[in-house]
Parts: sequence; C-alpha cells; structure tokens
Amino acid sequence: MIETARLTKHYGAQVVVNDVDLTVGEGQRYGLLGPNGSGKTTLIRMLLGLVYPTRGEITVMGAPVPGRVASVLPQVGALVEGPGAYPHLSGRRNLALLDAAGPGGPRRSRRARVEEALERVGLQGLDRRPVKAFSLGMRQRLGLAAALLRGPRLLVLDEPTNGLDPQGIREIRDLLAELNAAGTTVLLSSHLLPEVELLCSHIGVIDRGRLVLQSDLERLRVPTGRVVVTTPDADRAGAMLDGRVEHRGGDRLVVRDSEPALLNRRLVEAGVRVTELVVERRSLEDVILEVTRPGADRVDRVDGRR
Amino acid sequence: MILVELQKLVQRPRTWVSFALLCGLPVLVAVLLAVTRIGPEPGEQPAFLSAVLSNGVLFPAAALAIVLPLFLPVAVAVVGGDAIAGEAGTGTLRTLLLRPVGRTRLLVAKLVAMVAFVLTAVVLVVATSLVAGLTLFPAQPAEITSVSGVALSPQQLALRIVAAMLYVAVSMLGVGAIALFLSTLTDSPLAAALGALAALVTSQVLVTLDAAGSVRPYLPTRYWLAWIDLFRDPILWRDIERGLAIQAIYVAVFLGVAWANFATKDIKS
Repeated sequence: MIETARLTKHYGAQVVVNDVDLTVGEGQRYGLLGPNGSGKTTLIRMLLGLVYPTRGEITVMGAPVPGRVASVLPQVGALVEGPGAYPHLSGRRNLALLDAAGPGGPRRSRRARVEEALERVGLQGLDRRPVKAFSLGMRQRLGLAAALLRGPRLLVLDEPTNGLDPQGIREIRDLLAELNAAGTTVLLSSHLLPEVELLCSHIGVIDRGRLVLQSDLERLRVPTGRVVVTTPDADRAGAMLDGRVEHRGGDRLVVRDSEPALLNRRLVEAGVRVTELVVERRSLEDVILEVTRPGADRVDRVDGRR
Repeated sequence: MILVELQKLVQRPRTWVSFALLCGLPVLVAVLLAVTRIGPEPGEQPAFLSAVLSNGVLFPAAALAIVLPLFLPVAVAVVGGDAIAGEAGTGTLRTLLLRPVGRTRLLVAKLVAMVAFVLTAVVLVVATSLVAGLTLFPAQPAEITSVSGVALSPQQLALRIVAAMLYVAVSMLGVGAIALFLSTLTDSPLAAALGALAALVTSQVLVTLDAAGSVRPYLPTRYWLAWIDLFRDPILWRDIERGLAIQAIYVAVFLGVAWANFATKDIKS
C-alpha cells in the first residue's frame, strides 16, 4: 500500500527524515510511533505529496509520489496535524465545500455523503454553529469526518485523537477498527504508546528522522524466557529452584525457565502452593525505550559546564 | 473549484463589509457635497467632482475617481493576500490539497475569485453612486459635456462609464497579482496584504517624483488615472493602451512567479 525507499528530507542543514524504508501492507493497522519532533509529521506529509522529498522514493498504491499523487489522493482520506476548517462557517457547510472542491461524486448525493461522514464520527446532531465555536474534540471529529468523506481505501491520520477525552479516544479507536475490518488500511501516527498498542497490528518507531524499528506488533512481545511465580511458600520454592531464581521480592519470584507448564507441575508436586504463574513478556515500552533516545523536546547540556 | 472559491467569497462577511465601505465613501462624499454645496475647483482632484454639483449623472465617474487611488487597491490587496496565506492560516490549505485540488487549479480559482471581487466592487460602486448622484444633485442627462468640452449623448456616457469600470478593474489586477504572489510566500495573510500595499505606496510615491522619471513608465500605478481620457472627445487612447499593457505585464510576471513558487513549495502549515 505504501512503500518508501531511502526517503530523506533536509530543511537547510537539518535532516528531518533520514533514509526511511517504510512498508505498510494492505489491510494493516500501522502505527507510526515517535517522540515529538522526531519527523513523523514530515514523513506523513511526504507520503501525501505536501512536502517534496530531498532524496528517495515513495510509492503509494502502486503510483509514484509526488509524481502521480493526484491519481492516488482520491482514494486516500487524510488528517494532518489538526483539522482545518473555515471558522466562520458551520461544520456541514465546511464539509460540503470540501466535497465540492475536489473531483468525483455527483452533486445530488453530496448531502448524503456529508451526513454519513458526520454520523460516523458522532457529529450527526450538529447545528448551525460556526466552527469557531467548536471545542478541540469537535474539531478533531470534524477533521476525521472530512477524511472519511469519500470512503477512502487508505486512511492516513496524524495524531487523530488529539484533544479528545478518553471516551472519544475509545470511540475513534472502535471506528478505525471497524473501518479496517471493512478493508481500509490505516496508517496513524502518535507519540502515545498505549494508543498505538491498543489499535495497531504493525508498528514503526521513528527517532530523530530514522525508522529504528518496524515490525509486527505480536512479534515484538515475545516471551523473555522468564516466568514470574507468586507463592506464599516462596522460601521453599526458592530453595527448590536454587540457581534459577533471578530476582525475589516478597512472595514473588522471577525464575529463568522456558517451560512454564513443567515448572508448574514440579512446584505443585513438591507441595508448593502457587497463587499465580505468568510467562514474562517484554512490554512494548521496554522495546521502544531500547531503540530510541530521549525525546527531541528535551535539551540536555552538551558538556558538564554550569 | 472556481465555483467553490466564489461561494467562499460570497459567504465571507468580510467581502460584504468591504463592499459596503467601498460604496459608502462616495455616498458620504455626495451627501457632504449636497449639503454644503462647496465643490472643488474645476480641474482639481478627484476628477469630475466639480461638475457633479450641476449634474448628478456624472457622479459615478467621480465615485470611481474617489475609490481608485487607495480604497479599492487596499481591498484588493487584502483579498489577494488572503488567497493562499489565509488558507494556510486556517489549516484548510492542506485539507484542500489532499482532497485533492491541484495546486495550479487552486491558484487559478483564487485569481478568478479575485477578479470577480474587483468587478463586483466596481459595479456596486457605480450603481450606488448613480443612485446617490441622481437623488442628491440636479440631473441633466441631456447636457453632458466631456472633459474636452464637447457634448456627449447619454448613450455615449453610459458606454464610456462601462469602459472606465473595466479599465479600473484591470488596473487593480497588478496589485492583486503582487498580493497573490506574496500570499504564496508567507503563511500570514496580513504580511502578504501589507507587502502588496507597500509596493502600491512605493509606486504611488515614485509616480509623483520627478527624480524617478526614468522608471515612471513601468510603475503599476502610472496609468491608473488614464481612464479619465475615456471622457475626452475624441478619446485619447495612448495612455489607456499603455496602462493595459503594464497591467498585463505585472499580472503575467507575478502570477508566473506565484505559480512557480506555490507548485514547488513544501506545505508545512
């Protein structure tokens, strides 16, 4: 669906996106994760033909971008860095103008398209209020409605849940999952790990312009080869598993073991009461902290001078 | 897209406020003139105003002379400066480009909307001032004399006022093209409008300066008042032709660079 090769963007001397090979397959829910200022937005803008790359190639749905971006965009719904709307017009009016501005879609069904998009994002009850009176969350929903207006095959969303409350975030997540189940490929960016973790099937981590990790989400969460055992008989269990206990805290033992079922049988046969036995997995957070450095909004002193 | 741009122009309160102000100024002048009966000496600026006291039919021409030097170009600079930078400011530029609307198409639509704005403004100014002229002053449609002193028939006068309206509208396009170009450079509509106004004021100052004589023929405002020649008999075409040519050159050059800049620009707004 999206393929980039050695994609690079310089702004003056600053390298914002550096040698990125991004691959988003059809039907995926791809989460682009990275700290603020890591180049996510610039990357997304390049995929959509808003910003021209310094070097490298982009292919979206088989067509080169930005060369033939005009043939691609009609099938793409996008929300980039906050929704844009004319503040003095109503939400409906904004969507109708946007619908009329581009190609495709008869005029007769415009109203129906606008209503359907509004209903999808939970704004069907919208009145004639101008957009300048909207809350941030309402604007965000309106921006999503604009992205959904043409029933896209690919959704590209930059920070789609900005400004939404937890309830709204959940609604949008459900909506995206539903659209994805119906065949829409979703690429979203976020600096919030939980958001990506809850929705996405694939993840790319971007750090200072480089794509430092790109993977299937499941594959990242492999077992660490350790088992966490909780037991009131921690002393006996510890003695029994001597040498394989890596860490002990109260009645909680971290045991190096690759066969949790066997371990459980041995413990029980030895008369150790087991309250809980869990295979330890790496959390996504650990994986990401491993491959990224501190956020770009952090400014550390270069030397020790005060 | 052109229709969408026109709709946006119509739905914008600012458009109507500027139309009201543009029409209001000549009406205000007419009222003051009618109440005090103190007219300017013949031959003084604004043109035609001295003749209006005795004949209200000429007031549309006087109204054009009143709004042309400053008021109309300011309005055009604001509309032109807002064209691309305003969309960038509201975040709708990226939404439109992703819709997708081609960059060239968007620029052309903005230009058409600007031309529509200028034409509507000129028509409204002439219409309201005609009403004001006929109600506030004695109207003698049969006794119109041209600037050269020869009598004009009402048909001739109507034709010449229409020609003057078109000439004034074309005269505004140079400033509009400069504003449109600046609008593609910056994300601030205010900066673009002020930049175009700076160019306008510079040109107006240099036109009056004898030391700038060598550049004077190339200034965008040099032939702005040439439409007065339309009311001579016979019509003096020389300056009018030059004025049209100058505007054509300014429009071509600045639209060219506006297009070149906008089509290759990184949209970061």
